[in-house]
Amino acid sequence: MSGHSTYVPQSAIGRWFESRLPILGLMHGSFVSYPTPRNLNYMWTFGAMLSFMLVAQIVTGIALAMHYTPHVDFAFASVEHIMRDVNWGWFMRYAHANGASMFFIAVYMHMFRGLYYGSYKAPREVLWILGVIIFLLMMATAFMGYVLPWGQMSFWGATVITNLFSAIPLVGEAITTWLWGGFSVDNPTLNRFFSLHYLLPFMLVGIVILHVWALHVAGQNNPAGVEVKNVQRDTVPFTPYATAKDGFALVVFLIFFAWFIFYVPNYLGHADNYIDANPLVTPAHIVPEWYFLPFYAILRAIPSKLGGVIAMFGSIAVLAFLPWLDTSKVKSASFRPVYKVFFWVFVLVAIGLGYLGAMPAEGGYVIAARILTAYYFGFFLLIMPLLGMFETPKAVPATIADAVLAKHGNVVMNPAE
Amino acid sequence: MSESSFVEPTRRDMLYIATGAFAAVGAGAVVWPFISQMNPDASTVALASTEVDIAAIPEGGILTVKWRGKPVFIRHRTKKEIEEAVTTPIASLPDPQTDQARVKKPDWLVVVGVCTQLGCVPLGAPGSRGDYDGWFCPCHGSHYDTSGRIRRGPAPTNLVVPQYEFISDTKLRIG
Repeated sequence: MSGHSTYVPQSAIGRWFESRLPILGLMHGSFVSYPTPRNLNYMWTFGAMLSFMLVAQIVTGIALAMHYTPHVDFAFASVEHIMRDVNWGWFMRYAHANGASMFFIAVYMHMFRGLYYGSYKAPREVLWILGVIIFLLMMATAFMGYVLPWGQMSFWGATVITNLFSAIPLVGEAITTWLWGGFSVDNPTLNRFFSLHYLLPFMLVGIVILHVWALHVAGQNNPAGVEVKNVQRDTVPFTPYATAKDGFALVVFLIFFAWFIFYVPNYLGHADNYIDANPLVTPAHIVPEWYFLPFYAILRAIPSKLGGVIAMFGSIAVLAFLPWLDTSKVKSASFRPVYKVFFWVFVLVAIGLGYLGAMPAEGGYVIAARILTAYYFGFFLLIMPLLGMFETPKAVPATIADAVLAKHGNVVMNPAE
Repeated sequence: MSESSFVEPTRRDMLYIATGAFAAVGAGAVVWPFISQMNPDASTVALASTEVDIAAIPEGGILTVKWRGKPVFIRHRTKKEIEEAVTTPIASLPDPQTDQARVKKPDWLVVVGVCTQLGCVPLGAPGSRGDYDGWFCPCHGSHYDTSGRIRRGPAPTNLVVPQYEFISDTKLRIG
């Protein structure tokens, strides 16, 4: 699909360099002449935002690491030092902390897009699984980053999450002690979390490169869910079409991001994290950051420690099996009337689980969380495999060009194709 | 076919296997220090015991001390609390254990103050001790009784009894 680049640099120096390291051609082939389906909508702009956010998080993070001290006695104070004393420190920290939330907003939009348009189906299985790995690494990075300010939520979040591993039979205790480097979350834990929080984003960069590579091999999915058949009729070049569209979407996204940084920088945080960590007092109500809430609700919905942990990790692992769980031949939900309904219910269920994850684990909340957890797994494990057999899809357009023309009212079929 | 498919092992095959085996052992030997360095270091292990004066704890009171970075509850139990703990039918417990097996002197209960579910510190202030007069974990709603045993909620096991001994009537060494 990506096709071999025929790029020839204009300058003599460019040609001299290109014949020794063809990186200009690689860039040109990937981001300029690369053919993108002509029917992409704005849901396809989140990939660019995610790339931007990864770079933004690394840049603000490197700046913050110049002023932060990863020690239990100084970590909390060093974060306040960044906020009060360091030039532009408040900006770096608010951009980094809210940046994590923006990153997750974009990744959830990106994932729901894939779920709606069947982007995980052949030939994009590896692309999708790389995405699930990116999501897991993002979660690990965000979790460890949240521990670094060493407030009450940092400490108790770290305690609850590391204790998940103690549910593993036989070796659980040993693994937990190994993760902690002690008998509880303490200075060694903070130190290694800082080290890993610095490492993982660079591993993310590596896997993102694989993700983009796999994307450029298979080609982008599109709202019609049919593959490109004729590059001339079905696609437009990445530049200027996708570049301009991504750029515009990114500007809108940045306005939203800036509103959080400059007007409500603590809205997505928790007030208890402005209290220094105290290993002897658990906050009355431990809640993770908003982007973990649906998974936290699943953890708490299961009335068994090991079962809850398995369900929580399973809720993410199941995503990796989607290419084989979804038995429908049709990719896009636009042509799957029944799947479309189940999909939107799933979106509501995911949001509902997020709400329940923030509520206390008692009474009606637990019952509701169990019902929604059942739907979450049922959607992937029952509805998706069965729907492919029983659903009658609508007629799928033969080509992307046909889909575009049909949408604009003048159905022109080209039998010669 | 069957004649030609069987090839006599050569000295080169032997070299391949030996080289591969050495590489695997070497890789394991290099990886091990990097895994082991994450386990508790000598200074952490050295802080393994602590002494506590328990003379000032009134009947019904709970003292919380820090041991290995975790809270330990030392509870001076009342007659009623001991009675409740002893008379509980063992069969009704999620993690069956007698009260006698969990204490050295009936008046004193010593447990690690870490919920066995996900590590929160259960509440023990009067009025927030849960439905069984012991402790209540606010994180995910586990109720413990006056022997620190799990009675209701997601926690799988009883509160852990640490290693401890009475040095005198009023002194305790944990660890």
